[in-house]
Amino acid sequence: MRAAPDRSDRRAFLKRASAAAAATAVPGALFTPVRIALGAGEAGGAAFRFAYISDSHLYGRDLNDRFARALLRAVDDVNALDPKPDFVFYGGDLAQLGQEHELDLGARILERLKAPLRIMVGEHDWYLDMGARWQKLFGKPTYSFDHKGVHFVVLNSVIEADFWTRRGMTPMERMLTVAGLDNGVQSPFTVGAPQREWLQKDLEPLSDEAPLVVFSHSPLYKLYKNWNFWTDDAEEVQAILKRFRKATVIHGHTHQLLTHRIGNIHFHGLLSTAWPWPYAPQGVPELTIQMSRPDPFNSNDGCGDGEVCVHADGRLDTIYNLWNRNPITVSRRYLDSGGAEDAPPKPNRASY
Amino acid sequence: MRRPDAPRAAVGAVLCAATLLLPVAAALAAEAKGPHGEAPMDVQQRELDRLLPPTDVTNAPAGLDPVVWAAFVPKDNAMTPARVALGRKLYFDPRLSKDGTVSCATCHDVTRGFTDQRPTSEGIRKQIGKRNAPTVLNSVLLQTLFLDGRSPTLDHQAMMPILNPIEMGIPDEASAVKVVASDPAYAKAFRDAYGRDVTMQDIGRAIGAFERTLVFLDSPFRRYVEGDAGALSADARAGLDLFNGKARCVTCHHLSPSNPLGTDNRFHNIGVSARHQDFEKLAVRAVKALQEDASEKRLDELALGTDLGELGRFMVTKNRADIGAFRTSILLNVAITPPYMHDGSLPTLWDVMDHYNKGGEANAFLDGGVEPLALTESEIDQVVAFLFSLTDRRFEAENRRQLEAQRAAAAKSRAFRDDALANRKRLPFEDRVMGGGR
Repeated sequence: MRAAPDRSDRRAFLKRASAAAAATAVPGALFTPVRIALGAGEAGGAAFRFAYISDSHLYGRDLNDRFARALLRAVDDVNALDPKPDFVFYGGDLAQLGQEHELDLGARILERLKAPLRIMVGEHDWYLDMGARWQKLFGKPTYSFDHKGVHFVVLNSVIEADFWTRRGMTPMERMLTVAGLDNGVQSPFTVGAPQREWLQKDLEPLSDEAPLVVFSHSPLYKLYKNWNFWTDDAEEVQAILKRFRKATVIHGHTHQLLTHRIGNIHFHGLLSTAWPWPYAPQGVPELTIQMSRPDPFNSNDGCGDGEVCVHADGRLDTIYNLWNRNPITVSRRYLDSGGAEDAPPKPNRASY
Repeated sequence: MRRPDAPRAAVGAVLCAATLLLPVAAALAAEAKGPHGEAPMDVQQRELDRLLPPTDVTNAPAGLDPVVWAAFVPKDNAMTPARVALGRKLYFDPRLSKDGTVSCATCHDVTRGFTDQRPTSEGIRKQIGKRNAPTVLNSVLLQTLFLDGRSPTLDHQAMMPILNPIEMGIPDEASAVKVVASDPAYAKAFRDAYGRDVTMQDIGRAIGAFERTLVFLDSPFRRYVEGDAGALSADARAGLDLFNGKARCVTCHHLSPSNPLGTDNRFHNIGVSARHQDFEKLAVRAVKALQEDASEKRLDELALGTDLGELGRFMVTKNRADIGAFRTSILLNVAITPPYMHDGSLPTLWDVMDHYNKGGEANAFLDGGVEPLALTESEIDQVVAFLFSLTDRRFEAENRRQLEAQRAAAAKSRAFRDDALANRKRLPFEDRVMGGGR
């Protein structure tokens, strides 16, 4: 935790960031790099913070080392955070095609993290060997843990009904199908009945007031089916979370700043280290302030990592540490007020 | 090592294609030298007379679209003969420095491609700054000035070296104005040019007006684009293909009739400083320093006089994405402005190619577009041949001299060459993650 002066720095910075589109230089504004600036919340102070990295999509060395470099950069970013995060959450899709050498490379790079790692599975990690290698490296994909009074749940939300057996697909054909967009072959993602039952039981002991954070690789709402920005049983999962007054869902998969609220549930998408997706042609939640169009000449633009400040009241601020831009904070106040207060800065370019 | 049989004859053939008068002044410059090694001011002035015969400065210079040119002439500094003549006089006047030894032309030497051809520049009391002097040639077309873009216009930029303690060292604006105003000829010239007594801003404006006349676009490449198929050698033509393709140069070095400089006017980290700097630590120090004093003058001093200048554009924007980023260099006349990069650390264009071929220098802020290129030795020679075809024909002799000098230097040493990196046999991230092994 850091003392009061940092707060004013951060406010000044946020103000400056919103004005940055118009001005080339803002005299007097005190910029502090994100890792120094985010020492405290707007009010009450952060109870704790964790860092996130997501969607690295590692390839074999001969195909592409850019994504491996990007993941390493994220690890460096997180290791340099001051104050240090309590843990690092990895949001899934460590590998591109679930191959051993991809997953092993990812595990090797993530070993360099100084803070403890909590990891979630994505469909790119899973559908070559149905999670065998990933589970060998990282353990079960569904679990929960408590940290400083907050209950965290990690789900495998990318379970697809079998579309491959009757088509006689090889494991790699199955993997490539899941990895594709706009194909009518694969099934939609689900959390599935067994996991929903597990979730119901896992949450049973908690009171409605208990702060709750759920991690899912795909968004736990229905955004755009053609790209599988979608969880088919999202409503059933939301029904389980509904009674909680302070529930937050954090998801990977969409590679972009995404903000949504359904009742008491706040939703935050994570940045990818590999590439930013364009926003879907329909279904983008109203509260989302879209990152503007990434610079096609800079493969870092629109990518990044970030931090989450969990406040004492159980609500959280998500910080998007964009590598080629000023960082953006989507605060609890913004979501609590339904977008009326503390809106993130609007980007200076159209989205898509 | 370079292959001795690499085809180079064609490069020379292009350069000899145009027969030009050998500039006598340049030959003389080799003998007499000013206090900081520059060609003496009178020699430079004579060379300038040869390069730029009298012309109507109120019109766009030859080869430049009048609309484009007009957009770069500020409203408060319309081009007039009086302003240009005044600016030219100021440009060569060492009285604008504290010890009377440094003028604009000391580091932007007419006989050296309007640079000093030194790694970093020498100012008063033999102080060495931290930045390579960029050329003034065609700087009228730049969207920001200085390699970190900390100045918005030529007129504004021209004032700053006068006041920088390392460069010309005049303590403040009032002193600079006093130096100029105390000369009755200047006092009159300022009244004629701007209709008022000397001000610091008008000193900048006059120098800026003069610099706007330094337009040199007439390169073999330009003539080739305009339809003279013989203007480029086969090697240079192959180099142009590589420039637009495998070597990826054009991604940042836009070269077109409407944007002839060869720069995107943007800022990129290509890792030059990463060889000897820890950007993270430097950035933390820079933020502290700028919190104490973020004035324009302080920024200028930090950029030129301290290692914080290695942060480049970050010092101006305080945006992490700009750490270690410098403006894409102008490519026109690049062959006559060695050494290269913001710190002049690359002696020849072959070294520049080696730097890019290996994917720059690995660091966390490396521009996303920088990748190993796997260029072969003869491909490197071809791109270099193309770069030597971007020199204005009026600098033909210096271009030829540079080709010989750089080729000889590159034959002796290619310190930045790394074939293992260029061909992805070695990946820098693996050195860290796998400890070198796989």
